[in-house]
Amino acid sequence: MSAAQSAPAAETTYREAVKQAIRDAMIRDPRVFLMGEDVGRYGGCYAVSKGLIEEFGPDRIRDTPLSESGFTGAGVGAALAGMRPIVELMTVNFSLLALDQILNNAATIRHMSGGQFGVPLVIRMATGAGRQLAAQHSHSLEGWYAHIPGIRVLAPATVEDARGMLWTALEDPDPVLIFENVMLYNMAGPLAADAGAVDIGKAAVRRQGKDVSLVTYGGSLWKTLDAAAALAKDGIEAEVIDLRSLRPLDDATIMASVGKTRRAVIVDEGWRTGSLAAEISARIMEQCFWSLDAPVGRVCSAEVPIPYPKHLEEASIPQTPQIVAAARATLGR
Amino acid sequence: MTAMEERPRLTREHVQELLRQMMRVRMFEDKCAELYTQEKIRGFLHLYDGEEAIATGIIPVLQPEDRIVATYREHGHALLRGIPMKAVMAEMYGKAEGCSGGRGGSMHLFDAATNFFGGNAIVGGGLPLAVGLGLADRMRNETHVTACFFGEGAVAEGEYHESMNLAALWGLPVLFVCENNRYAMGTALDRSESETDIHAKAAIYKIGSEAVDGMDVIAVEAAARRAIHTVRETGKPYFLECRTFRFRAHSMFDAQLYRTKEEIEDWRKRGPILRFQTWLLENKMIHEEDIAAIEATIHAEIDEAVAFAEAGRWEPIDTLTRHVYATQGTAP
Repeated sequence: MSAAQSAPAAETTYREAVKQAIRDAMIRDPRVFLMGEDVGRYGGCYAVSKGLIEEFGPDRIRDTPLSESGFTGAGVGAALAGMRPIVELMTVNFSLLALDQILNNAATIRHMSGGQFGVPLVIRMATGAGRQLAAQHSHSLEGWYAHIPGIRVLAPATVEDARGMLWTALEDPDPVLIFENVMLYNMAGPLAADAGAVDIGKAAVRRQGKDVSLVTYGGSLWKTLDAAAALAKDGIEAEVIDLRSLRPLDDATIMASVGKTRRAVIVDEGWRTGSLAAEISARIMEQCFWSLDAPVGRVCSAEVPIPYPKHLEEASIPQTPQIVAAARATLGR
Repeated sequence: MTAMEERPRLTREHVQELLRQMMRVRMFEDKCAELYTQEKIRGFLHLYDGEEAIATGIIPVLQPEDRIVATYREHGHALLRGIPMKAVMAEMYGKAEGCSGGRGGSMHLFDAATNFFGGNAIVGGGLPLAVGLGLADRMRNETHVTACFFGEGAVAEGEYHESMNLAALWGLPVLFVCENNRYAMGTALDRSESETDIHAKAAIYKIGSEAVDGMDVIAVEAAARRAIHTVRETGKPYFLECRTFRFRAHSMFDAQLYRTKEEIEDWRKRGPILRFQTWLLENKMIHEEDIAAIEATIHAEIDEAVAFAEAGRWEPIDTLTRHVYATQGTAP
């Protein structure tokens, strides 16, 4: 869809792109409302919804008490009743307080009711490390959520996806979780004036290459693209795949790339053990085993609660040099 | 005030209907217990035996557009809401003709046609849903009432407190009905709560509340009419605590080591059906032959429901992942 954009592009931050998406949805559909802690008068913990309460009022930009389970469940109920709520959970660590509602209700009610009731709910939350917020505000648990049948899990990495995925998610009849990496909010990129909904079913090849496939998503995309640029200086052409959707996974795009490059490294900010990277590695093994020229590599977070000091935090999560090294290892270089 | 929300009229027809509905739930569940021992019904089976006056007193007062959120002990609520007995029984069997397509079982009866938003088997898990249903009504300026049933065990859950606060803070049209049967599984109320006067807990959220004898169907109905009227007129939540007792075990696996036979027998003497039936007989509002006729009709309905469930289809295994997403076959 990106190629079809023709209107002039303006430099836009990821934060602004998410805000435009919310604003656009609020204008388009009276059933849409935003609900969460400090989304209104405060303007959003990451300033995503700043100014929206003035435009849409406190009913539709609804500040909530610190009751993650209560207001997430209220989002499920409102969705059951035909509304299109956007629930904002301040960070993925806080979403654990709402896990009962996400797993036991949102993901389950359609099946449990024999298809009679659906939950067209969108839940947004911040994820990832990099702001020295330590071990209760910095984790990347989107891989856990990708384990759950009944929900979709999205990880927009570009301003275009930050702008476009929300509307597509709101049109989905099932619950969709959107994970926004905290390090991306200040990132700017060109966004067409008429940018709109994007497909959420396909992974994107962000850089073409023939030597190794680097599979990633979210905040790690940009480090992976940096790694690919560094590799190119040494004559290694890496292909970079942005998963975009973590559930469902776009196996076809991944396998087409690995089938071509015969090598793969997965870059995932989740902890290595039981990670999404492990799942993708298993799928490559199942579907591309006979095409592989090297073991699948993984660059994941260290098995540690994210520490506070900058140097330790940086050492905890995937960084460009590790990605470069892992890619080289698959080539024996 | 709608006609349904005026005071109960104790006409012969009405009181006989209340008795019939309570008997219908009791007899249906007696049959379920029997079918459970025959292994026709599996999983958990939580019976409402002793608590029938609550759903019977409340649910018929609701309008068709109103909504219900219930717990895993919800067979009575489903029947009273008008889900056909045969669809409920087929669900107990896990058959495709069940009210949840066989996917839910005893604890997850759902029915879109009657706005029955499920048996929820996470204690307290239904309360935020009811808040959300009420929020949708509030935002659309609709005057529906959402009735949310839960046990007294739920008031220890964080979701209970979060939901009470949200409903009161936002002024949502939800009727919270606490079915206080004194035991959260095997844990007696005074062993789990610092404040055992449940309806008083609503006061700290500034929610109007009332405690009623949940073994007295007329008292429950009168309270329900007041409560539902209040919610509809004010658009604000209301809290009804119905004090009751579960005559049977928590589920079919429970040996009831936590309470005495004497306690159960004492409550049985005050049972909602026995007490109401005796009162009606004494006041000549019903005769023994009327009761026999009601029983015969219910037996026939149960027999038909069992036959329907027995004849039902098992869903083919190749449809296993149906209803996980709206689009069947969505890959993981």
